[in-house]
Amino acid sequence: MSKLEERIKHLRLDHKVICDMVTPGAKVLDMGSGEGDLLAYLVEQKDVDGTGVEINEEAIYKCVEKGLSVFHGDIDSGLSDYPDKFFDFVIFNQAMQQVHKPLPAIKEALRIGKKLIIGFPNFCNINARLQLCFLGRVPVTPSLPYTWYDTPNLHFLSIRDFQDFCRKQNIKIEKSVFLGESGVVKMFPNLFALNGIFQVSNE
Amino acid sequence: MSENKEMVSTKIFSVPEGELFHLESGIKLRGLEVAYETYGELNEEGTNTILVCHALSMDAHAAGYHAGSKKPGWWHELIGPGKAIDTDRYFVVCSNILGGCMGTSGPKSVDPETGKPYGLSFPVISIGDMVNAQKRLLKFLGVERLLAVTGGSMGGMQALEWTVKYPDMVASCIPIATTYKHSAQQIAFDEVGRQAIMADPDWHGGNYYGKTLPASGLAVARMVGHITYMSYKSMDKKFGRMLTKDKLGYGFTTEFEVEGYLRYRGDNFVKRFDANSYLYITKAMDHFDLQGGGDLFKIFRGVKSRFLVITFSSDWLYPPEQLKELVKALKMNGIDVTYCEVNSDYGHDAFLLEFEVQSKLISGFLAKTYSKLNR
Repeated sequence: MSKLEERIKHLRLDHKVICDMVTPGAKVLDMGSGEGDLLAYLVEQKDVDGTGVEINEEAIYKCVEKGLSVFHGDIDSGLSDYPDKFFDFVIFNQAMQQVHKPLPAIKEALRIGKKLIIGFPNFCNINARLQLCFLGRVPVTPSLPYTWYDTPNLHFLSIRDFQDFCRKQNIKIEKSVFLGESGVVKMFPNLFALNGIFQVSNE
Repeated sequence: MSENKEMVSTKIFSVPEGELFHLESGIKLRGLEVAYETYGELNEEGTNTILVCHALSMDAHAAGYHAGSKKPGWWHELIGPGKAIDTDRYFVVCSNILGGCMGTSGPKSVDPETGKPYGLSFPVISIGDMVNAQKRLLKFLGVERLLAVTGGSMGGMQALEWTVKYPDMVASCIPIATTYKHSAQQIAFDEVGRQAIMADPDWHGGNYYGKTLPASGLAVARMVGHITYMSYKSMDKKFGRMLTKDKLGYGFTTEFEVEGYLRYRGDNFVKRFDANSYLYITKAMDHFDLQGGGDLFKIFRGVKSRFLVITFSSDWLYPPEQLKELVKALKMNGIDVTYCEVNSDYGHDAFLLEFEVQSKLISGFLAKTYSKLNR
């Protein structure tokens, strides 16, 4: 299995976890919606009223083909156009680490959304730590499959980093799920999880 | 077989004797006529009509072929059986705009009061009047609701006007390479065109019918127009500094390909378009302003359509920034909107050239709207 295939398989698990968090019929904004797989899944499973934001033009066509509504633009500029608490859920799945300025983006997301769901790769997974420590190289893992010169990721964070961030910013973590290669990780997620998915809101 | 299926002809709808058409200016027009074409069949539920609105210089012939002509309608690549605007599924209507010169009442038409062509006595019309003429035609065709209204450039203005003016009639809107209000730059280019026409000694204050036409003025107007429809890149790619002759001379004859092209376009336009119509239509575009000095957000408050808004990256006549403002106002109102800025070098003309991309976007959007309406 290629790294990409592994990643896709893994992300499907992401989608299921996120889908469990979203309430039926909710108004959803998916930031960095890609080809719309997650959004289409949410429409199918939870009958959500969904909109995506995506920068890639080819991905926009795919979204529209799937019958999804999507705005062609970058995440940093895609949030400000909406009124307060317009969405029940704003989702940043595997996208927040690519945002230029995560703090204002998260604040805006919590302004326009009642709840925010964030899914991101855990940079401090054991596999990554070992590569850093013993190989002396920037880690390449199933959830961080890119080399330094072609990565779209601008920010690297761990599950603990995010928890600290929420505490400092008075953001309430309502739910959290940690995923390893084949399923949910319960013990020492900061060490063993490849991805963290959080549902947060303003306290 | 399929060729037969795509043979079409332009028909004329005339309002019943004595019916007056009320213009936004308060003037009432007698004997309105609207030239139109239809493709496909209206379904029993009346939920499958798509109104296609044309731009400045086009006509009701949007798709298919006229008898004896090898040139298809101006959006033929998008409209037809199995195409993005699928005539096996949808009932498509396209009519020549009010003020035009391709069969619908305009300055070239005969004024029933005088028995002579209107010329400048034809009342100044608006985009809203064009929409009302379309609405009158749709009533005649038995259409009460629109699945979608779409168009590029000025066609997009009509589409937007529809959603604001008749929100209960329009399920979806696809404005392409257009604006919600004409900007200073857009007005400026139109004014250059109008001045070129009016400066032509053959224009005679608009009373040139049956005499020499103000051909050189209209040709210059068209030349200016064509420059604004292309982009720096598309012009450079198409013409560069290519010459029409072996080498440069020492005179003012046509030397560069781009000169030849513009002259050809201008001269061709004169054969089919009425100079006075050019004045009326560009004026209607310049007057177009949905915002009307108010809050754009409020204008779309009662709008019930879904939107697919398409712009083109190199379109400097109707730049993407303008329509992004519209998209923002729609979003603020909670209106379902999809926006795509298509990467294209064709400039404003892209809506008449980038068919593959537009097909993908339009077909998916229409299918979704149709399933929403018929579920």
